[in-house]
Amino acid sequence: MHIVICIKQVPDSAQIRVHPVTNTIMRQGVPTIINPYDLFALEEALKLRDVHGGEVTVLTMGPPMAEDSLRKALGYGADRAVLLTDRYFAGSDTLATSFALSQAIAKIGETFGRPDIVFTGKQTIDGDTAQVGPGIAKRLNLSQLTYVAKIASIDLKTREIEVARRAEGGTQLLKSRLPCLITMLEDTNEIRRGSLQQALCAARSQVVKWTAADAGIDDLTRCGLRGSPTVVKRVFAPTARAESAAQIDTAEKGLQDIADELIADILTRRPALEHELAFKSGT
Amino acid sequence: MSTASQATPRLAPGRAGVKKELPDRFKDYRHVWVFLELERGNVHPVSFELLGEGRKLADKLEVQLAGVVLGPPGEMVEDAVAEAFAYGADLVYIVDAPPLADYRNEPFAKALTDLVNTHKPEILLLGATTLGRDLAGSVATTLQTGLTADCTELDVDSDGSLAATRPTFGGSLLCTIYTLNYRPQMATVRPRVMPMPQRVDKPVGRVMRHKLSLVEDDIVTKVLGFLPDNQSAMANLAYADVVVAGGLGLGAAENLQLVKNLARAIGAEHGCSRPLVQKGWMPADRQIGQTGKTIRPKLYIAAGISGAIQHRVGVEGADLIVAINTDPNAPIFEFAHLGIVTDAIRFLPALTEAFTRRLSPHSRDKLAS
Ligand SMILES: Cc1cc2nc3c(=O)[nH]c(=O)nc-3n(C[C@H](O)[C@H](O)[C@H](O)COP(=O)(O)OP(=O)(O)OC[C@H]3O[C@@H](n4cnc5c(N)ncnc54)[C@H](O)[C@@H]3O)c2cc1C
Repeated sequence: MHIVICIKQVPDSAQIRVHPVTNTIMRQGVPTIINPYDLFALEEALKLRDVHGGEVTVLTMGPPMAEDSLRKALGYGADRAVLLTDRYFAGSDTLATSFALSQAIAKIGETFGRPDIVFTGKQTIDGDTAQVGPGIAKRLNLSQLTYVAKIASIDLKTREIEVARRAEGGTQLLKSRLPCLITMLEDTNEIRRGSLQQALCAARSQVVKWTAADAGIDDLTRCGLRGSPTVVKRVFAPTARAESAAQIDTAEKGLQDIADELIADILTRRPALEHELAFKSGT
Repeated sequence: MSTASQATPRLAPGRAGVKKELPDRFKDYRHVWVFLELERGNVHPVSFELLGEGRKLADKLEVQLAGVVLGPPGEMVEDAVAEAFAYGADLVYIVDAPPLADYRNEPFAKALTDLVNTHKPEILLLGATTLGRDLAGSVATTLQTGLTADCTELDVDSDGSLAATRPTFGGSLLCTIYTLNYRPQMATVRPRVMPMPQRVDKPVGRVMRHKLSLVEDDIVTKVLGFLPDNQSAMANLAYADVVVAGGLGLGAAENLQLVKNLARAIGAEHGCSRPLVQKGWMPADRQIGQTGKTIRPKLYIAAGISGAIQHRVGVEGADLIVAINTDPNAPIFEFAHLGIVTDAIRFLPALTEAFTRRLSPHSRDKLAS
């Protein structure tokens, strides 16, 4: 079985700070990580390989330094890594990104064997859109299984797959066909620790580097800024509210008195709440 | 938003100043559409929130507001149509066919794409639910148009373009995104970000019915079953009127009981900040914020939560925010309405007791009389 998994190198946004005066992002020294949701997908891919055999190829589109993430993925046990990197990709929105990735996946298919499953994380922590997976599925005409919590079974002979997918208000059990695209939910797997041997292999193994041309992309107008229908017009910090919280004085008062005062304050501001809370707490 | 390369918000020269030159083939794209999401026979409330927002956009553009209902033939669809009119739609497009009984990407994406190609809306809005995101991504790709995810604000610019504002960089910044030269302009909005609109007094509207150009045999994916959450005590945070949440300041998993106790005493749902989910102290469906749920309660009580921007964007729609934090400089006090600088571990039990006293049957009788 050949599994392709798309990962993204993202800034560890927990560590991003916004410059208080200029409202610009202070990215100096911000470390990069593999998008955490992609790691769940990678672990799922590795587990499937453990059971069914085959190969796992990791793919990322990004600047040359995204190679670090691919090496990490190799360290976890992926068999092959492909870096799609070209200045033409700069500024891609989700449509342009899914175009480039789908072209690269098609090329991976020609070069290393057609994938049975393409994985992505459910979304990235920097873009947060959850759009790239569906975009790839549509372009490659793969059946689309998003927000998958669990892969219940795969039958390589009948080419059938059964998954549990997160839906509004419940869990949907679906049966579909291979090849498919799966976006993986967060609470499924912890990524395994790669073995020392894998780490050594990863350090030594080649990362396949493809430009747009290498990936067979001849229409560059569909890449990067030019291929992106969405345009970012303005980036700004959320406005601070004029007044800050009215503080309840806690000096020299017992906790019960403070609590009573707080409740009185809440109910003065929102008198209708008293009835509602009384009703709800009574039920 | 830049999803490529290093995720720089690229304000590359030329991009920020792109002028609108809508190609001729898009010139007759008109009207605002809202996709109505059906969830086990009911319309998902996010669809009504979107109709409210869609109404404002349509009025500004002086065009019509249309709802789109996809589902199996029968009562469920007819009810949804009536609801769409009740929340302000002028027109509803229906595709009703047996394959649309349960959500699957293929038939839904096909139905919606065909409708768009036939009737050409200039704006198409969907809820940023698991269904809405699954559907929007493939429809936008097929139509080769722009899609802005998880918007927190929608507006119409002076030149008539949709200005879609969304958090970026994990919520630290907001950005306004345009789809200038493509149609429709698509956006998703999370539940509870937009307020619920008023129902219309005497709703009227037109219905346009369409066929699904696909039969069950064409569809590769089959639904085997559905396990509803109400059998598993999942949180319904997004629609709770009162929410009590705990953060890392509570120090230990056991102390979350204090939050749950208060929540129970006042009939509230309980929630938490993200680190608690990461530590495994609470399940993921209790997380409030950018990567969790957006809430819009009448009362929100946050205990031991610092108020990081990613948390803030999830609670800003609350009517009244009460913060309990030991640090007088915690960012939460910048957007809370009422603040108490004190140890939440000691204060929560006192607050629970005081509420219980205040809301006891005795005082309830007093209220009723
Ligand atoms: C991409 C991304 C997405 C994110 N999404 C979310 C999200 O959806 N939701 C979310 O909440 N966060 C999210 N975060 C994390 C967010 O940045 C913060 O790290 C998080 O909200 C902090 O949680 P906290 O306030 O509970 O903890 P802390 O920041 O550790 O704050 C604890 C607070 O408790 C106070 N405190 C300590 N002891 C006590 C006491 N005894 N009594 C009262 N107060 C006390 C402290 O003064 C402090 O203010 C996200 C981050 C990233 C990078």
